[in-house]
Amino acid sequence: MENSRRDFLKIAGISALAVAGAEPVLNAFASEHGEEASKAAGFQKEEKALTAKQWAMVIDTRKFKSAKDLEPIIEVCHKIHNVPDFSKENKRHIIKWIWEEEYKHAFPGDASGFTDERIEHLPFLVLCNHCEEPPCVRACPTKATFKREDGIVLMDFHRCIGCRFCMAACPYGSRSFNFRDPRPFIEERNPQFPTRMKGVVEKCNFCAERLAAGQVPACVEASKGAIAFGDLYDPESEVRKLLKSNYTIRRKAGLGTGPTIYYIV
Amino acid sequence: MNKQMYDKKNVIAGIVIFAVLVSFPFWYNLGKAAPAPELVLTDAAKAAKECVMSKEEMKAGHMQLLDMWREKVVRESDRIYVSAKGKPYVMSLSNTCMDCHSNKAEFCDRCHNYSSVTPYCWDCHIDNPKAEVKNFKVSENSKEAK
Repeated sequence: MENSRRDFLKIAGISALAVAGAEPVLNAFASEHGEEASKAAGFQKEEKALTAKQWAMVIDTRKFKSAKDLEPIIEVCHKIHNVPDFSKENKRHIIKWIWEEEYKHAFPGDASGFTDERIEHLPFLVLCNHCEEPPCVRACPTKATFKREDGIVLMDFHRCIGCRFCMAACPYGSRSFNFRDPRPFIEERNPQFPTRMKGVVEKCNFCAERLAAGQVPACVEASKGAIAFGDLYDPESEVRKLLKSNYTIRRKAGLGTGPTIYYIV
Repeated sequence: MNKQMYDKKNVIAGIVIFAVLVSFPFWYNLGKAAPAPELVLTDAAKAAKECVMSKEEMKAGHMQLLDMWREKVVRESDRIYVSAKGKPYVMSLSNTCMDCHSNKAEFCDRCHNYSSVTPYCWDCHIDNPKAEVKNFKVSENSKEAK
């Protein structure tokens, strides 16, 4: 059979049309399988869930007198999140979500040689700053830590490979590594919250699970009014009102990470 | 042409022994297939009658469903799953799945052992939260708001 160019182009054109015509049919077949589960089912936020553009905290340090005032706050956080207690075992293995720090260590850039006495001995409550430009998120090679749409810097423990790049990247020491299986070191575990396993990094989650249920973070609740919580980009929010009327400082703000924990001193 | 096989006896005996050894697991276990495990439903699960998906879909695809739930809850902060029948569920392995199926050993483990898979869900997620929740108390401060 002799093929002319004309015949070849005709056949090519018809074939192209046939393929193009068949595509939607093929797609329909493909979607009939596979996607079944997600087609009918839907996903929703909880109705009570609190939302914001960027959650932030204002800690009024004038309302704390001694380390004793901080203890119940730290305790409730560590208790409901199943944070293990390694303090009796090995100080280097301690896991901290929220803890106390001296002024000169929390604010090394601001501390002068001669600080006033109240500030010098005042215990500062420190936690993850849920930065607006979080360096830990940039460092994480697996995207296990990420910035959520409401500004919370969250961990996906399933995805953490324990490389600890985020710990090196965080200028606030807000992250702790599970060198051992934490379960035996949880005195009394909260069955409604998961524990962690050996080899993952953990940190404060701004009580994402409580926000979803319409509650403010546990530390805010336990602070008896010393900690305010709200949306940084809502001019009417509690934190914005406090920021407007008080002089506040942030930890290592000069690094450009945009920490969202503000301190009234 | 005369084709001669050297050490005929040894070679054939060797081949026979080899064939027997290789096929040993097959004929030794012939007719002794391990029976498919029988799962036990708790009273709560029986009372609920239906799961978040149909039984067949759950059997075949509960791992994909859990993976999707994880993505939604952790990354997109959606915590409610609406089933095909329009019923809402909180997406939580411990608090939803294991609330009904509180018998991990007779429900999860039996099948996982049978199919020789070792999921590490329970390294972190607590397998029977209901049994523990009564004993757990938060301090006075945070209880008030609840």
